[in-house]
Amino acid sequence: MMEFGLTFIILACVFGLFMAWGVGANDVANAMATSVGSKALTIKQAIIIAAVFEFLGAFLAGGQVTATIRKGMIDAELMAGSPELLVYGMLAALLAAGIWLLIASRAGWPVSTTHSIVGAIVGFAAVGLGIEAVQWAKVGTIVMSWVISPVTSGAIAFALFMSVQKLIFNTDDPLASARRYVPLYIFLVGFIVALVTMFKGLKHIGLELSILENYLVAITVGVIVMLIGIYFIRKLKFDPDADREYHFTNVEKVFGVLMMVTACAMAFAHGSNDVANAVGPLAAVVSIVQNDGEVSQKSVMASWILLLGGIGIVAGLMMYGHKVIATVGRGITELTPSRGFAATLAAATTVVVASGTGLPISTTHTLVGAVLGVGMARGIAAVNMGVVRTIFMSWIVTLPAGAILAILFFFMFKGIFGG
Amino acid sequence: MPRSYISGLFGTSPISPLQQHMAKVQATVTELIPFFKAALAEDWDKAESVRQLITTRENEADALKRELRLKLPHGLFMPVSRRDLLEVLTMQDRIANKAKDISGLMLGRQMQFPDTMHAPLLDFVDRCADATAQAQTAINELDELVATGFGGNEIDLVESMIHKLDVIESDTDDIQVAVRAILFKMEKDLPPVDVMFMYRILDWIGDLADLAQRVGSRLELMLAR
Repeated sequence: MMEFGLTFIILACVFGLFMAWGVGANDVANAMATSVGSKALTIKQAIIIAAVFEFLGAFLAGGQVTATIRKGMIDAELMAGSPELLVYGMLAALLAAGIWLLIASRAGWPVSTTHSIVGAIVGFAAVGLGIEAVQWAKVGTIVMSWVISPVTSGAIAFALFMSVQKLIFNTDDPLASARRYVPLYIFLVGFIVALVTMFKGLKHIGLELSILENYLVAITVGVIVMLIGIYFIRKLKFDPDADREYHFTNVEKVFGVLMMVTACAMAFAHGSNDVANAVGPLAAVVSIVQNDGEVSQKSVMASWILLLGGIGIVAGLMMYGHKVIATVGRGITELTPSRGFAATLAAATTVVVASGTGLPISTTHTLVGAVLGVGMARGIAAVNMGVVRTIFMSWIVTLPAGAILAILFFFMFKGIFGG
Repeated sequence: MPRSYISGLFGTSPISPLQQHMAKVQATVTELIPFFKAALAEDWDKAESVRQLITTRENEADALKRELRLKLPHGLFMPVSRRDLLEVLTMQDRIANKAKDISGLMLGRQMQFPDTMHAPLLDFVDRCADATAQAQTAINELDELVATGFGGNEIDLVESMIHKLDVIESDTDDIQVAVRAILFKMEKDLPPVDVMFMYRILDWIGDLADLAQRVGSRLELMLAR
């Protein structure tokens, strides 16, 4: 019954790559926006960081969310008799989300990859397979996480910004305080990202450690990153004259180093969460076909799938995304590294924890929440609330759009391959 | 055109346009000193050319004001209230207008102040220009205030600046009283209409410092929220 098995896998790979390419082309720029906008890194550095850490994030920590997209939202037991329907559906979801993203980014609408793929999967499952095929509890959790993630990252950003004020800016010698405390923040960035990744991500590359070992590795990673940071801070040249016009020019130089580390964390977090939108359905198709039509909840995902997703994202970034990043860099003015850092680290932390928990969330929404958090702490000169509203409203439109397209494609595939 | 919505999230900051406007206003006010020197020396050609400069500066400030007002749509989420910000802008604008009015009236009537008034009068203008300069110093701290989330040492610094502005303003009040006293003693011997306008000029010069102080007090309102 899987006479089209190879065709399905090839189609899924093509659609998955297309989707991953789209993530790299459009979405990575959003994740890098605050880092590039704070001018702490050049466009070129941002692109290199994005390419390396998006890939690492996708490959090392993308497994949990991919598993959710692959098998978390549909009750596969019900599908045991007709696995080909699940294949059609996953292909349809990929194609629908990819095309919807293409249309939306052409038109300049702010849409989320995560929302389109979740909308597409729930859409085809509810209509094509039947309402009872959808794991509504799990879908409910995902939707809840879309509300919780921006709020959480906003709260973290607020706290981070306040702590930076207390420890550094509101002291008698902000520059000395910055040189003392910024390395600790750098440690924090390395530690959190490493810890979450260790706990959830690394089974598929054959690394299984105890909890204590996880902590030790995370601390080691944090310390190594911190030492690299200290080296770069030592290398900075401070110019007392520069502080005359804007008093914190030299302090912000120290934050520039921190921002660079945080940008790596953000790219890693984004890769770990958003790769799943592209390769989750692909993984589902591959596992059904490889198990010869048997719908299994247990099968382990092949790591080449995550690799493919990582490559797709980097390809999109290299071919098109770098242009968007350059535009973002020019578009954002007056965001200093200290404020950019608070927003970015808050978003990165939230996203990486969500990735570890297997929740597909929107990086863009999380980052918007974080920026608002800094704004609440009176740290940003002007936030455009109209844009905030548009971004948050967009997913209400994206869910049905993804769903309707997926349903259309589902019946199209069913017509072509028979079912 | 590749774009990202996140960059649209950051609205145009009103802070640096406000500071640029204040810089223009201060540039207008400082021209009053060469203007007064020329006018008191009855060098009306020189006064005329300085007056030209004042008008140009004031027009430039007006253009900046209009641009900032247009750039400040509703629905911006800002660390300071929109009302306070526009109020500061209006005050700054009135300083430049006042400088233009003073030079216009003096030039138009070719006003001649009694010799004994020259030194204290220049002093008075000078001190009022100090007040507006101090207001500018305080306004220039706004971007640092945003960087520090309006907290801690930066607040203390700005408050001490505003306090210094108050001190300068009360200085100008004292000088104004002294200058008026000199004029009062001589007013019977001078043409009444001229005297009337001299008092008006003195009032207007004093207004410069008053307006500067009001810029300071609006800024103080911004601190406490």
